[in-house]
Amino acid sequence: MKKLMLTSALGAAALVVTGAAASAATLDDVKAKGFVQCGVSQGLPGFSNPDADGNWSGLDVDLCRGIAAAIFGDGDAVKFTPLSAKERFTALQSGEIDVLSRNTTWTMSRDTQLGLNFAGVNYYDGQGFMIRTSMEINSALELSGASICTNTGTTTELNVADYFRANNMDYELVAFEKADEVVAAYDAGRCDVYTTDASGLYAQRLKLTDPGEHKVLPEIISKEPLGPVVRQGDDQWFNIVKWVHIATVNAEELGITMDNVDEMMAGDNPSVKRLLGSEGEFGAAIGLDNDWAAKVIKAVGNYGEIFDRNVGPDTPLGIARGVNALWTKGGLMYGPPIR
Amino acid sequence: MAVTDATGNGSGESAPKVALLNNPEIRGWVFQIILAILVVYLAYTGWANMNANLRAAGIASGWGFLGTNAGFAISQSLIEYSQASSTYGRVYIVGLLNTLAVAFVGIIFATIIGFIVGVARLSKNWLVSRLATVYVETLRNIPLLLQIFIWYFGVLRLLPQPRQGFDFGPLGLLNNRGYFAPKPVWGEGGIFIVYAFIAACVIAWGVGRWAHKRQMATGQIFPSFLFGLGVIVLLPLATFLALGAPLTWDIPEMGGFRPSGGMTIIPEYIAMLVALSTYTASFIAEIVRAGILAVNRGQTEAASALGLRNGPTLRLVIIPQALRIIIPPLTSQYLNLTKNSSLAVAIAYPELTSVFAGTALNQTGQAVEIISLTMLTYLTISLVTSLFMNWYNNRVALVER
Repeated sequence: MKKLMLTSALGAAALVVTGAAASAATLDDVKAKGFVQCGVSQGLPGFSNPDADGNWSGLDVDLCRGIAAAIFGDGDAVKFTPLSAKERFTALQSGEIDVLSRNTTWTMSRDTQLGLNFAGVNYYDGQGFMIRTSMEINSALELSGASICTNTGTTTELNVADYFRANNMDYELVAFEKADEVVAAYDAGRCDVYTTDASGLYAQRLKLTDPGEHKVLPEIISKEPLGPVVRQGDDQWFNIVKWVHIATVNAEELGITMDNVDEMMAGDNPSVKRLLGSEGEFGAAIGLDNDWAAKVIKAVGNYGEIFDRNVGPDTPLGIARGVNALWTKGGLMYGPPIR
Repeated sequence: MAVTDATGNGSGESAPKVALLNNPEIRGWVFQIILAILVVYLAYTGWANMNANLRAAGIASGWGFLGTNAGFAISQSLIEYSQASSTYGRVYIVGLLNTLAVAFVGIIFATIIGFIVGVARLSKNWLVSRLATVYVETLRNIPLLLQIFIWYFGVLRLLPQPRQGFDFGPLGLLNNRGYFAPKPVWGEGGIFIVYAFIAACVIAWGVGRWAHKRQMATGQIFPSFLFGLGVIVLLPLATFLALGAPLTWDIPEMGGFRPSGGMTIIPEYIAMLVALSTYTASFIAEIVRAGILAVNRGQTEAASALGLRNGPTLRLVIIPQALRIIIPPLTSQYLNLTKNSSLAVAIAYPELTSVFAGTALNQTGQAVEIISLTMLTYLTISLVTSLFMNWYNNRVALVER
């Protein structure tokens, strides 16, 4: 689309003309302008989705709000830039956004060749397939010859290719620019199968004419560690983004919630005191106030609260914690200690 | 000096006395050189700065990626393409060919529809001219992207699922995965039919020239059009039969999910083609109407006075003169259509912008290389179209006798 070409072209042009300014001291820039510019999706329920009044919510959105809270003590000091899968890296590279929090899969080539750094994983996902129940297909291995709708410019495209090649199956790929068109085309019957990250399948299923007529196949064909991304070369900013996420995970482990932050701060547990800043100089080390983590948790809560509020079993998405549970509960969420 | 002497007095003598700075020719050159240096310097600084920034930001650059494996599938490809072994360079070619496939056929359809509607708007038949007006005013006033969506999702909703699709037997299958046409499979000696076709075209062209010359010289009319058509049809047909009809058809059959075999025309292509050609045709119709109206009414009257009927008047008198006015704006419509084909990215038609400046860009992250190559490609396509149309324009331009 024209807008997209424009963004890409502008991004390319920005690379030509801007100095090295973009890579230096993002924190200073953010403090100067008074808000965090956060790149999000164009609308993925549970992760980053605007409501009718234009208020963004979701797991990825809460990470951005957490970053803003750590810096300004105000979770609303964020401006959101909706980006397509194609535009997202260029927008970050060119300095249009400060952090990309847009269900983005951490891969080696993205981490090493794009001048970007992944600052952790805030959702462990995997790619799945959705199909009409009337097709009477029960396994992804029965999909040979199927037409598959997906988003262009995503890891899903390559995962499908690998999976079908490895299993000697044939397919037709129909790749759209925007998620909404993928869903519309799948709904209209252009494709037999819709593939994306499993969380996305559950989220997009809500947009179909009759969600009950579609099911997600049991196979998960890839590892999709989704996480926030920053520009390479600004370690201070990289640390802030990384540790904001870790703080929410550690808070859940230590039992700190949005409501009990103040009580916990007054308590005796040294781990809690170091996290919340009543002991040590950990905030100063990343250029923030020492109670940075307390501000994060007051604004968005701990990781468990964020998960339950946006995608958990009581939301329309109804996703179980699964691998996203704390390590102490058999999941993969493991926060390095603050000391 | 000899020259100065030869021209004699005054001006010739005074020329060397003018200060170098005030000599207009030298000044002109100096400014040209300064400008050239500035342009080169700016380009060089931009280039060097970009390279420095890319290196500083740790972004990979260079053209090596064109040779690496792409690894993703493309739903329509005019050349051999396999996701297992094809490179990004191949992806570029596939995307380019898909762009040309929709643009070229789109230009032909847009021209045909445009001429018909343009002439229809001038029709004396009230209904015909009003219908043409409605067509033009509706289509050219709705954004193209919306029309593409309407056609695409309209086509998808109208067509049945593969298992309930239309089966035309030997003519193929039609469903919402596309039109699956029988594919000709040429046997031994098939290439001779192509030779025969080319030979027939040359003969038809030669006879046409000869007939034209003879008519100019003697006034005798030779039915060169019918003759040419006959040769072009009959000569390859005769060759075909002489070779023992070396042709079989690969007829598509319904598979598990969609038909296999044959040739596939995907719905994205159909939607794109219809949207681009009907939209551009509405502009071409106006250009054609303007061109015809611009021909002096006296020309029609003169033609009638000479006893020409309506058809020949339009064909031999009005259109050739109108063409001179029509061609230049028609060229820009052709260029628009070609560039608008990049909107196909919205409906998953795998053209250049979608697969190369889209998927390939995202997989490799090499925005500078890919965007420059894509821009250069569109520029080249446009310039070639322009060159061709200028050549054609010169041919039909008024020849002063």
